[in-house]
Amino acid sequence: MSETTSRYGGFFQESPRPGILGWLLSTDHKRIGIMYLCCITTMFIVGVCLGLALRLELFAPGPTIMGAQTYNATFTVHGVIMIFLFIIPSIPAAFGNLLLPIMIGARDVSFPKLNLLSWYCYIAGAILAVFAIFSGGGAPDTGWTFYVPFSTQTTTNVNLAVMAAFMLGFSSILTGINFVTTIHRLRAKGMGWGRLPLFVWTLYSTAWIQVLATPMLAITLVLVLMERVLGAGLFDAAKGGDPILFQHLFWIYSHPAVYIMILPGMGVISEVIPTFARKPLFGYWAMALSSLAIAFAGSLVWAHHMYASGMSDFSIMIFSLLTFIVAIPSAIKIFNWVSTLYKGSIQLAPPMLFALSFLFLFAIGGLGGLALGAAASNIHLHDTTFVVGHFHYTMFGGTGFAFFAALHYWLPKFTGRMYKHKPAVIAWALMFVGFNVTYMAMQAVGIQGMPRRYYDYVPEFTTLNQVATVGSWVLALGLIIMFVNLWQGIRHGRPVGNNPWGGTTLEWQVPSPPPLENFGAEDPVVTKGPYDFKGVVADDY
Amino acid sequence: MTIEHRDDTGARFGMWLFLYTEVILFSGLFILYAISLSKFPEQFSAASHKLNIYFGTVNTLVLLTSSLTFALAVSAIQMGRKKQCLRFCWATIGLAVVFLINKYFEWSAEIAHGIYPGSETLAEMGPGITSFFNLYYLTTGLHGLHVLIGATLIAVVAVLTVKDRVTSDRYTLLENSALYWHLVDLVWIFVFPLYYLIL
Repeated sequence: MSETTSRYGGFFQESPRPGILGWLLSTDHKRIGIMYLCCITTMFIVGVCLGLALRLELFAPGPTIMGAQTYNATFTVHGVIMIFLFIIPSIPAAFGNLLLPIMIGARDVSFPKLNLLSWYCYIAGAILAVFAIFSGGGAPDTGWTFYVPFSTQTTTNVNLAVMAAFMLGFSSILTGINFVTTIHRLRAKGMGWGRLPLFVWTLYSTAWIQVLATPMLAITLVLVLMERVLGAGLFDAAKGGDPILFQHLFWIYSHPAVYIMILPGMGVISEVIPTFARKPLFGYWAMALSSLAIAFAGSLVWAHHMYASGMSDFSIMIFSLLTFIVAIPSAIKIFNWVSTLYKGSIQLAPPMLFALSFLFLFAIGGLGGLALGAAASNIHLHDTTFVVGHFHYTMFGGTGFAFFAALHYWLPKFTGRMYKHKPAVIAWALMFVGFNVTYMAMQAVGIQGMPRRYYDYVPEFTTLNQVATVGSWVLALGLIIMFVNLWQGIRHGRPVGNNPWGGTTLEWQVPSPPPLENFGAEDPVVTKGPYDFKGVVADDY
Repeated sequence: MTIEHRDDTGARFGMWLFLYTEVILFSGLFILYAISLSKFPEQFSAASHKLNIYFGTVNTLVLLTSSLTFALAVSAIQMGRKKQCLRFCWATIGLAVVFLINKYFEWSAEIAHGIYPGSETLAEMGPGITSFFNLYYLTTGLHGLHVLIGATLIAVVAVLTVKDRVTSDRYTLLENSALYWHLVDLVWIFVFPLYYLIL
């Protein structure tokens, strides 16, 4: 393939409408996926900047670059952006839209217009969130959890932030409905349930959680709003309500939501590891069913966020047990990935490096989760920076790194161009080191007793906090190199053929970038499983 | 080159998924009801007797009838009787409006007595009764909103039927609206006894 001006552009060139409207009114799943990807990446960068500001504030005790109120607002907005605008839609909405229909051999999702509507809900939520920061009584300062009674009493702009989260929840529900229906109805001929790529299985599990759990968040947020606007105090003890009930209702959604965040990441890893180990995924059905098991068991453990809220010892015991049960399917996944690597012909390409670091970081995060899920150690660790370190290990080290793996794995597919590998590896190394320094130090200082969400601390904690802050700079440097490299790859990279990595799933059999409607005149017919590497060779690029 | 994508079963499947989400949305309020009831059984009973059971009963009958008329609209379109289908659609919308007007009078009467979320009269009645009425307003309010959305949806579908976009071999939209309308009815079937009858 030579570099010419009339290069094939796939779905980037084919559209019923010209120009920007061809994007804003497009119902093509790939265009919607690209729009999601752009917005999500932008939001991620904003969230990272806020996170860096938080770390900088903690460089020394006392006010360093901001005061207490600004700090509260910053960590709240960091949380809201990262959770609702980045992680939850990151892999499912962006890569799910890009890949799901192609992977199952369909031309689009079941409800393309609904798909576009869900993107507009996302945009509306993002706009509301931005307005919440800059209008009314100032940026919300409740933390992303909006705990009552503080969230119903603070004068900051919680109303708009809550409405933003509501809209984003609506967007998430619509995506979930769309994906479940698509997977049930639009699989190509021969694409039985046993031939679905694992990424599709995890999207399927995720979509069910999105459908079944998100409405609970919606009603909870509506009730907070009603309490603030009308004074309907369902979470106000003076009015016969109960603030603890808020925590229950909130976590009934928000704990399953962490599996909305991690499961698609696990799906990405299940695609990347077989491709770069040149081996079929070990234990296909165990992997598929463990995704469903995580989705199911993960919906029953919400109260482990509330051990310190005064619930009974018996309930604590039950929820602790259920929490430990979630570790079983998660461990099945880890072991199966490692077994896939065993005696594989491993190729350390950039996506694989991110996938391998996912295994390492997610294992640490997962084991930290057990320390928090056990009632006894939880009481010591509750509301310390250990918790913050733990969920960054799972959410950033897990989902974040899986997202980067997905970017490095599939961007060449959807842009038709390959980034440079050397800077990608350097970026990966910096991020991996910076990440561990930052969050390991945070976990350590948390065990020593540093509470989370404080802008100030006693001098004993200074060293570890400074280590964490320096680590965050290394991490940021890695992120900058990665994004610059990817951007240059998109603009000027070398053109790639259909299958630069030697992948086996359907998306590697269509041109890069895929054409409108994905497959030519004839629908594909699937005759083998998703990880059959016999005779599959990577194209040169 | 665009191939026509039509999947009626898929559309119904998606609608059922959406109905699940609605059920869970309301279930949050029902959970709060259950917990508050166990905390304040006597106050809940006292508060329940302040509600006007005639309004509730009439509204139940109105909604049940509207479910019937809309189900008849679906079978009319299946048999290709467009005019009959439209008559039933307008009847359903009419009944929805009757429901909302009735609700308006019921709420106005209670608000006139000083009973509304955040009012001082309510605060003086103590936490149990306050909690009952807060739940009452939020649940029936959310349900009323759904009646409004449902009626709008039916009106849109009726217009599409007039324009022959909904026909005897392409009526999934009408059918899905009916599913939605029946859900709205079903929620009321739970709301009515819980707030008006059993306490």
